[in-house]
Amino acid sequence: MLIANRGEIAVRIIRSCRDLGIETVIAHSDADRDSLPTCLAGRAICVGPARPTDSYLNMNAIVQAALGTACDAIHPGYGFLSERAPFARLCEENAVRFIGPTAAQIDAVGDKLRARGEAIAAQVPVVPGGAVTSAREAQELAAQLGVPLLIKAVGGGGGRGMKRVDQLKDLAASMDMAAAEAGAAFGDARVYLERYVDSGRHVEVQVLGDGTGAVLHLGERDCSVQRRYQKLIEESPAPGLHASMRERLHEAAVRFATRLQYRGAGTVEFLVDMQRDEFYFLEMNARIQVEHPVTEMVWGIDLVAAQIAVANGNGISKGSSGGWAVECRINAEDPAHDFMPSPGTVSLAQWPAGPGVRVDTYIASGSRISPFYDSLMGKIIVHGDDREAAIAGMRAALAATRIVGVKTNLAFQQAVLADAQFQQGGVDTGYLARFIETQAGAAWRAESG
Amino acid sequence: MSLTAKDVAEILKLLEDSRFNELTLEMNGVKIELRRGAIEAGDIRETRGVAKPPRNAVPASISQPTPTISPPPGAVAVPAPLLGIYYRAPKPGEPSFVEVGDQVTPETIVGIIEVMKLMNTVRAGVSGEVLRIDSRNGELVEFGQTILFVKPR
Repeated sequence: MLIANRGEIAVRIIRSCRDLGIETVIAHSDADRDSLPTCLAGRAICVGPARPTDSYLNMNAIVQAALGTACDAIHPGYGFLSERAPFARLCEENAVRFIGPTAAQIDAVGDKLRARGEAIAAQVPVVPGGAVTSAREAQELAAQLGVPLLIKAVGGGGGRGMKRVDQLKDLAASMDMAAAEAGAAFGDARVYLERYVDSGRHVEVQVLGDGTGAVLHLGERDCSVQRRYQKLIEESPAPGLHASMRERLHEAAVRFATRLQYRGAGTVEFLVDMQRDEFYFLEMNARIQVEHPVTEMVWGIDLVAAQIAVANGNGISKGSSGGWAVECRINAEDPAHDFMPSPGTVSLAQWPAGPGVRVDTYIASGSRISPFYDSLMGKIIVHGDDREAAIAGMRAALAATRIVGVKTNLAFQQAVLADAQFQQGGVDTGYLARFIETQAGAAWRAESG
Repeated sequence: MSLTAKDVAEILKLLEDSRFNELTLEMNGVKIELRRGAIEAGDIRETRGVAKPPRNAVPASISQPTPTISPPPGAVAVPAPLLGIYYRAPKPGEPSFVEVGDQVTPETIVGIIEVMKLMNTVRAGVSGEVLRIDSRNGELVEFGQTILFVKPR
C-alpha cells in the first residue's frame, strides 16, 4: 500500500498495515526525508519538493509512484488528496484501489450545497437556508430567515468564505467578500445562506459503510472545544446528551450514509442546539478523521483496518462500546501569541505512557517541524471508565509530556482541562473563544508570560 | 539586539568545552542553534515574523536516493527534476541522449521522465563531461535522485 500523506496519520496507517502484514511505501516530500514515517515505511519515495502542491497534492506523481512500486492501493489519510474526487478517479482508472469512498460519493458530499440537498432527501434536518444566485434572491431569503445569518462557501469549510451578517443592509457587501474568499480558497465562488445558530455543540457520528448499502455507526464524538473551527479537544461519547437525542443523531447519520451507499469510514457532523433540543446536519467528511482514536478507544476497534477491510470487500462489523475517551491535539504553536505556529527542531520529546494512554505522533527527540505543513505534532488519547476518570488520566498524561525546542499548546490544554465549565461537560462551540478572553485565559496568559 | 560577536564566540566555547553535541539558546527574540560538527557554526535568526525554513543543509538521510557507490571526485550531480520513469533514449532502440564521455551544456537533453504518460525532458543544467550514468533506463526515479554525474568545465 502506498501512503500519500505525512506526519502522525502516516505513522498511524503504517501501524495498521504492519498489524495486517501489508507492505508499505510512503510517498513523501523533500522536506520529510528524515521524518518518522519515512523510517517506518518499507520503502520511501520522494514525490516532489516541500511545497504541498508539488508533492502531497501532486496527483500524477503519487499515482506514478504507486504504479512504479507495484502498490495495489493508496491510503490518502486526511487533508491533502483525501477528499479530491479527481484523485479517487485517477486511482481507479489506473487499477490502484483508493482507500476511501467512491469519487461520486466524494463529489456528493464535497459540494456543501449538494450535501445539504442529500441531507434533505434523507430526511436529515438542515439549518434553514439555501442557495442564492442573485442579490435580489439573497435579500428575499435573508429577510425570510432573519438575522443573524451566515454566508457559507459551497466549495468547502474550515471557516474560509464564511461570514456572519448581523444587519440586512450589510448583506450585499458581505456576500461579495465571502464569494471572493471562497473563490480564492476553493476555486469556487458560490455561496449560500443559513440561519446563524447562536449556541450549538459540534457533535459528529462515525459511520462505516460497505459500499452496497449496509451502514453502521460507531457512536458519536463531541468536538465543541474549537478555536476558529480548529478542533482542540475531542471526546466520545458526547457528554450530557439525553438518550433520545443520541439515538436520533445516530439514526440520521446512518440514514444519510445509507442513501449514498457510502463506502468506507466517514463522519457526519451535526450542530446540536441544546436550547431547542434540535440538531442540524453540517457536513459529511469522507475520510478518516484526526479525532478517530477516541472512537477506537471506546469501541476497541481499528478504523484504518476497517477501511482496508472494506476496500478488500470484507464488509463491516462493530463491537461494543465501553468507557470514555478524550483526545488532546498537541500543536507546535504559541497560545500566548495568538497561537502562532512554532516550527523548528524538537530537541527533546517525552510522550506519556501507561494503561489507557495512547499517543499518535511522528515527533521524537531530534524531529523537525517543517514550516510547510500544519502544526499538529501528535495526539494524546486517554481512555477511562467514565468521563471524570478519562479527564483525570489526561491531566496526568499531559503533565508527563515534555517537549523542548518549540512552543506548544500543552499548558493551554492543561488550563482548559482544569476549567470548571469544561469539567462540567457539554460546552458549546463558542466556549473556547470565551475562555481565552475571560479570567481563566487571562490568568493563564499572565502565568506563561 | 545586544548580542555581540564576542558573546557568540563565548557561547561557542561553552559548547565546545561541554560534553553536549547541541545547544539552543533563545533570548530577546534571537535564537541561536549550535551543533557540534555542523556545516555552519551557528544559525542565528529572528524568532518573530514569518517562519522561515531552517538554513542548515538537510543532513544525509536514510531515504536519500544516493547511489551505493560514492560520487566521482569533483563531479556535479544532475538530479531528477520530478518523479517518474526515466528513459535514456527518445524511443526504444534509438541511441541514448548521452553516453559517458560526451560533452554537455546546460541545455543538453540527458533523458526523459514519464509521469502518467506525460513526457518531460531532463536537461543537464551544467556544462562539462558526462562521468557516470546512475539511473537505469525504464526505472522509477524519485524527485531529486541523481541521474548522472558531470565533470564541470
